[in-house]
Amino acid sequence: MVEKALKGTKRYWTWIGFLLFLILIGFVSYLFQLKEGLGITGMGRDISWGLYIANFTFFVGVAASAVMVVLPYYLHSFVQFGRITILGEFLAVAAVVITVLFIVVDLGQPSRVFNILLYPSFSSLLFWDMVVLSGYLFLNLFSGWYTLDAEDKEEPPLRWVKPLILISIPWAISIHTVTAFIFSGLSARPFWLTAILAPRFLASAFASGPSLLILLCYVLKKFTKFDAGKEAIQKVALIVTYAMLINFFFLLVELFTVFYSAIPDHKGHFIYLFLGSNGTGMLSVFMWFSVALSICSLVLLIRPETRKNESLLPWICGMVLVSIWIEKGLALLIPGFIPTPLHDIASYVPTLPEVFITLGVYGLGGLIITGLFKIAIEVQKAKEKGI
Amino acid sequence: MKRRDFLKLAILTLSGISIKPFAHLFTKPAFADISIQRTNKGLPRWAMVVNLSICGKKDGCTDCIDACNRIHNIPRITNPKHAVKWIWNAPFDRVFREQSFDNMNEGLRKKSVLVLCNHCENPPCVSVCPTKATWKREDGIVMMDYHRCIGCRYCIAACPYGARSFNWKDPRPYIKEIDKGFPTRTQGVVEKCNFCEERIAKNLLPACVEACREGGLIFGDVNKEDSEVRKILSTRLSIRRKPHLGTEPKVYYIL
Amino acid sequence: MYDRGKIITGIIIFLVLLFIPFLYNFITGKATYVPEPVIGTSEKECVESKVFMRTDHMKLLDEWKETVVRHGVRNYKARNGKTYTIDITGTCMECHTDKEKFCDRCHNYAGVEPKCWNCHVYKKVAGR
Repeated sequence: MVEKALKGTKRYWTWIGFLLFLILIGFVSYLFQLKEGLGITGMGRDISWGLYIANFTFFVGVAASAVMVVLPYYLHSFVQFGRITILGEFLAVAAVVITVLFIVVDLGQPSRVFNILLYPSFSSLLFWDMVVLSGYLFLNLFSGWYTLDAEDKEEPPLRWVKPLILISIPWAISIHTVTAFIFSGLSARPFWLTAILAPRFLASAFASGPSLLILLCYVLKKFTKFDAGKEAIQKVALIVTYAMLINFFFLLVELFTVFYSAIPDHKGHFIYLFLGSNGTGMLSVFMWFSVALSICSLVLLIRPETRKNESLLPWICGMVLVSIWIEKGLALLIPGFIPTPLHDIASYVPTLPEVFITLGVYGLGGLIITGLFKIAIEVQKAKEKGI
Repeated sequence: MKRRDFLKLAILTLSGISIKPFAHLFTKPAFADISIQRTNKGLPRWAMVVNLSICGKKDGCTDCIDACNRIHNIPRITNPKHAVKWIWNAPFDRVFREQSFDNMNEGLRKKSVLVLCNHCENPPCVSVCPTKATWKREDGIVMMDYHRCIGCRYCIAACPYGARSFNWKDPRPYIKEIDKGFPTRTQGVVEKCNFCEERIAKNLLPACVEACREGGLIFGDVNKEDSEVRKILSTRLSIRRKPHLGTEPKVYYIL
Repeated sequence: MYDRGKIITGIIIFLVLLFIPFLYNFITGKATYVPEPVIGTSEKECVESKVFMRTDHMKLLDEWKETVVRHGVRNYKARNGKTYTIDITGTCMECHTDKEKFCDRCHNYAGVEPKCWNCHVYKKVAGR
């Protein structure tokens, strides 16, 4: 089937060329980082995780959200999701690759990464995250690929594919839970030290991932003949609506506990997030922007007229995406570190090479999505012609 | 070869590689045996007491910090973002914020307090490390293996005391005079105070303790009943940083 | 076979590229080159036998590293009955003083780049 991704229009190749360009920029910047060290990023001794880990967290969510189309289709035989499910699985594949790359570019000694396997530490959540993420990658890659392969050959799917798909459903929950546990188990960082973090991560994942899927469907509809179907997209939009509501509710729950209990160690981080401190308030501007987008998109999603408006929906999804990218990206990471354990304030601004490396990873993820989606669309096209 | 066979083979190969960590169980080193002389008889438990009524009496004294920096080849990086610290000073109301309040003795509130790795009994940095590059030795010292650290900085996020530093760049150009007795570190690994385990092995006191001529730092084995630290801890009121987290620091402060 | 011409030319180009290094070394006579490390000491014996050190010094150093760092054991009892302090700077480099002539000559030849000296110190670095 791979050959299907190697034949395309001029526009297809221009897009591939653009992605390769991004990858090249990212790669060159990464070589620079390898040589000079992570000091070329905006991170430092106080804020020691930044853009990379923020993106890592976000894309684990995108990966996990595939379950939102897989589950209705395979467990509830929701046939309208027939065409979109494979896209969801492939989006998960690309998202997992992105997360792994973000971890690797964040390492100070990437050549030693296999020490995680050579000297595994079962008490480390990072070890378990590696286990669940690699497992999830194979589950989605195999189940997506072989379902499509069977479709291509007009055969019934292989026997072992269905169990894989069923396993992938709880597995999706596990990847984001373990990712939340990376943060929520740290006594040193009261901002993350909350049991609601894992549920919040899942809720925001089920809003952002499906939003991205809807956007991708719109893109496909515009540039290819692929149509996921109005009903399917509307159902996904409904999922986004509920997830977004739950996510917002969880945020309020968190705020209540923090501010009503008024424990200074916990409150300090939230005050920094929403109000900034001593003029270092760039992050709070972003956070308020995220909250505003969140509320706007919620209003538009809840009203059926606006949600069902096909020219408005991509904009709403874009808002959801940006809102959550901020909320569970930098707005989750930075206030975890600030105030520091010694109650200091520090600031973080990503540097240009850091942004380039991030774009490079996006580019590679985009390339994987493009290739896999292209194959999926070609197979379905051929099938329809056959009928 | 069919593609499916290839995949099967690939998976088998991968699972074969995963056996590697256990391979050493079946092999023997080719050279002479290393006699591991674990000191199991009455393991020591190292601890340090910082006497704040003595420490800082000499204005702006940094003897202990300088001694540590010198013998451990700590780079002197001016950019605070990239600074590497093993032992340093911070104001009392930052170190012990939960013990500070508006009307307290102003002198004490702004007093410089020596901070370093607490060599916790329950070190969070150790449980999060994915490669066991940091671990707790049998004598309680929380060690770093710079050969193994992958630089993920999870331990930095997990340390409630900000005691860990990352090498954001090659430290060598920032070391004025390299001491031959101790290796430098390399770009991309995390480092921290090691309680001078290399000196303890030679029956020497930690460099900071030795350098303090006022006797403001006391170091010893709390498992020994007649040790000085033990005597101080059992007779005087001492405080520790963030005791509510249950990490059980082994650096104590007396006022 | 389709595209026979292209495939065969491709294979030939590949083979030529593959054999260029061998040819180069053969023509320039570098194939017979043997590196000559300078031991740098009149001492008769090393920690272990000469043969062992030549072939297995990296394994010994790796084991040393584990023993000191992970087990806190600083003495190595060699097969000749003597005990040595495990210390790459103090023990190894005390005899083999010239890193460039002792370590690097062979390592460069073999194309290996041990990372020891990123952290560990030898005289020149310490003396600057």
